[in-house]
Amino acid sequence: MDRFKKIDVKVLSPEVRKCNFEEVCLGYSEEEAVLEANRCLLCKKPACVQGCPVSIDIPGFIAKIKEGDLDKAGEIVFDSSTLPAICGRVCPQESQCEGKCVLNKKGDPVSIGKLERFIADYTNINNSLKIRKNPSKGLKVAVVGSGPSGLSCAGELAKAGYDVTIFEALHKPGGVLEYGIPEFRLPKDKVVKKEIQNLKNLGVKIETDVIIGRTITVDSLMKDEDFKAVYLASGAGLPKFMGIPGENLNGVFSANEVLTRANLMKAFRDDYDTPVFVGKKVIVVGGGNVAMDAARTALRFGAEVHVVYRRGLEELPARVEEVHHAQEEGVIFNVLCNPLEIIGSEDGWVKAVKCIRMELGEPDSSGRRRPQEIEDSEFIIEADSVIMSLGTSPNPIINKNTKGLQLNKWECIDAEDVSGKTSIEGVFAGGDAVTGAATVILAMGAGKNSAAAIDKYLTDKYLTK
Amino acid sequence: MFEIKKHKILSPGISLYEVYAPRVANTAEPGQFVIVRIHEKGERIPLTICDYNREAGTVSIVVQAVGRSTFQMVKLEKGDNFLDFAGPLGQPSELIEESDEELKNKKILFIGGGVGAAPVYPQIKWLSDKGIKADMILGARSKEQLILKEDIKKTTNNLWLCTNDGSKGETGFVTDVMRRLKQSNEMNYDLIVVIGPMIMMKSVSELSLEYGIKTIASLNTLMVDGTGMCGACRVTVGNETKFTCVDGPEFNAHLVDFNEAMRRQMIFKTEEGKDLLKTQKETEEHNCSCQQA
Ligand SMILES: Cc1cc2nc3c(=O)[nH]c(=O)nc-3n(C[C@H](O)[C@H](O)[C@H](O)COP(=O)(O)OP(=O)(O)OC[C@H]3O[C@@H](n4cnc5c(N)ncnc54)[C@H](O)[C@@H]3O)c2cc1C
Ligand code: FES
Repeated sequence: MDRFKKIDVKVLSPEVRKCNFEEVCLGYSEEEAVLEANRCLLCKKPACVQGCPVSIDIPGFIAKIKEGDLDKAGEIVFDSSTLPAICGRVCPQESQCEGKCVLNKKGDPVSIGKLERFIADYTNINNSLKIRKNPSKGLKVAVVGSGPSGLSCAGELAKAGYDVTIFEALHKPGGVLEYGIPEFRLPKDKVVKKEIQNLKNLGVKIETDVIIGRTITVDSLMKDEDFKAVYLASGAGLPKFMGIPGENLNGVFSANEVLTRANLMKAFRDDYDTPVFVGKKVIVVGGGNVAMDAARTALRFGAEVHVVYRRGLEELPARVEEVHHAQEEGVIFNVLCNPLEIIGSEDGWVKAVKCIRMELGEPDSSGRRRPQEIEDSEFIIEADSVIMSLGTSPNPIINKNTKGLQLNKWECIDAEDVSGKTSIEGVFAGGDAVTGAATVILAMGAGKNSAAAIDKYLTDKYLTK
Repeated sequence: MFEIKKHKILSPGISLYEVYAPRVANTAEPGQFVIVRIHEKGERIPLTICDYNREAGTVSIVVQAVGRSTFQMVKLEKGDNFLDFAGPLGQPSELIEESDEELKNKKILFIGGGVGAAPVYPQIKWLSDKGIKADMILGARSKEQLILKEDIKKTTNNLWLCTNDGSKGETGFVTDVMRRLKQSNEMNYDLIVVIGPMIMMKSVSELSLEYGIKTIASLNTLMVDGTGMCGACRVTVGNETKFTCVDGPEFNAHLVDFNEAMRRQMIFKTEEGKDLLKTQKETEEHNCSCQQA
């Protein structure tokens, strides 16, 4: 076999999958996983590990797959990551571990993400993970928000022996994993529910329908309910709009609204009550993972979908695999253009979008080339609906209703690097609520780091004589 | 699960439920709302809080059967459960920020239309508990829909009733009562708080603007999460886009773009209508088989 060519992973064909919500990527079989693992050079100084935000011992677990010791391989992955079945599916591997793989110089990098997914699924299906848990420390910790950051922090603290309760505003735990990322990319029952069950098995309690800052405040959690520390992981879910004319017409939605209706409320199933509207022709504005998810969801509801993005194809911030899948499924990309106005019909529904062509100028502070308008290049695209996917800012409720909690100029929670300490004693924060919209793995890593800081804080304060 | 401790049918198709939700009861304030779900496949439905009892740990809500989900909901009875009961959400009424002194010097008129009477109730009760009795106009299509009038009577000073068909109180709309009060020089209020169907709030707001009286309206927009995550609830207030669930639900009525708000309420109407028919049909069929059994 060719060492420089990766083992292709099986996927549902575009014709089949664009009509359903089944998971697109089918993952490796054991045989395929071993073949792919055999391509790994097991570098002495592995660059891939440096590319991993939670430093999984990548050559370590791949070596065990080669040897056929899958239980041990699973143990190694779960040692560093709380949610590997999820990360294997949604991490931007091309810019992390796989981006650093030495094989890139000669050919395809090792498919680390697909191997991680394989081994995590194997471990979850066979329940082969031995949980090591410290004896109870008799101290209560509250975690606010049940996205990847809250889940990983809760898991680590529970393992360390704390009595952990997660408070979640929505009726289901999981954060973006449940309401945002679609079923066809991250199956809810098979993967998300399973990872959450792992936490419950560790003794983590989850209270849904509790909005911290409204139902009960952080202050009251600590004073009245005896929580000795609190970890804030409330995410960045507040959708941004462009502020252009026509944005409140009927038929203009945020990506979060469409995705929440489809994922959390299961509007794609006839037996669920929540409605969703996408129309026959949809314009999705934006180019990130959220835009791709919204576009491919709208496609599955039967619409013709156009993505409008102000930079070029090369600059799309979404994961490469998602863009590729979207193209295969028939999503049309109108790049280097930007909406100026949404035009409505007499009765107030979306009729068309007026756009302008863009070109890339000098690089801006982020190093990306700044898009600028080309004069007199306006044009009109007809559409029944528009889905805005321009990014999100931190969830507002907790930030506005927690006395003494300092925010930074982006309205994110101001927290110390690594530890996640905030301006309130005993209160820590991490994930999107601190960084603004980022990635699952970074949110998870922050939760893990804060768990260590919380453990240290509580040990110093209550457990050392 | 949140148990229904008390159930009262206020009128055909309108039910009051007292629900055991101690966390919500503990922090609920007048003007706020909850989001409820009745079963695993149901929608998240926003309902304004109608009353709360911190000691008993209960929160009361009033539901009118208008869509598929509310039709299912009004079939619940004492001892049944709400699957989800999340809240309190939204900003509390502005009134609770004011000092007793300020409130005593204020002449307030509440206007409730239809089930809008329910969310008005905690506000007048809250004032009445402080010894302040406000006035109120309560309107409905016909006398059956004039809900909670006994409770409201006890907690208000003047209570004017009106019905469109004249079956109780004055004949006409709440705005007709406003006009009559204006004519007899009794329209001397510092503040109007109006809750009811969007079209009614719009009419009241237009008239009160003419009379120069500050007016607060509580908007019942579409919602999904109720926590500021989706923007389904956005409204234009004074040329700015606001999210009703976190910035509201109460806004300065004179700044609200009611035409847009009414139009946005209709987004899923056609589908909702279809669903409603489906539910009604199912219910009829269900009744048949039950009678046989
Ligand atoms: C559609 C979509 C697709 C994405 N795709 C990818 C991808 O492919 N790869 C990737 O790495 N990243 C992706 N991301 C980003 C990633 O999901 C986030 O960075 C990550 O989920 C952040 O985790 P978190 O735990 O900080 O917050 P979240 O996952 O946002 O969780 C926050 C939770 O807190 C709850 N909450 C908020 N306020 C309160 C309160 N006051 N009280 C109680 N609970 C509260 C919320 O309801 C929510 O459940 C995507 C995001 C979206 C929206
Ligand atoms: S209901 Fe979703 S943002 Fe208000």
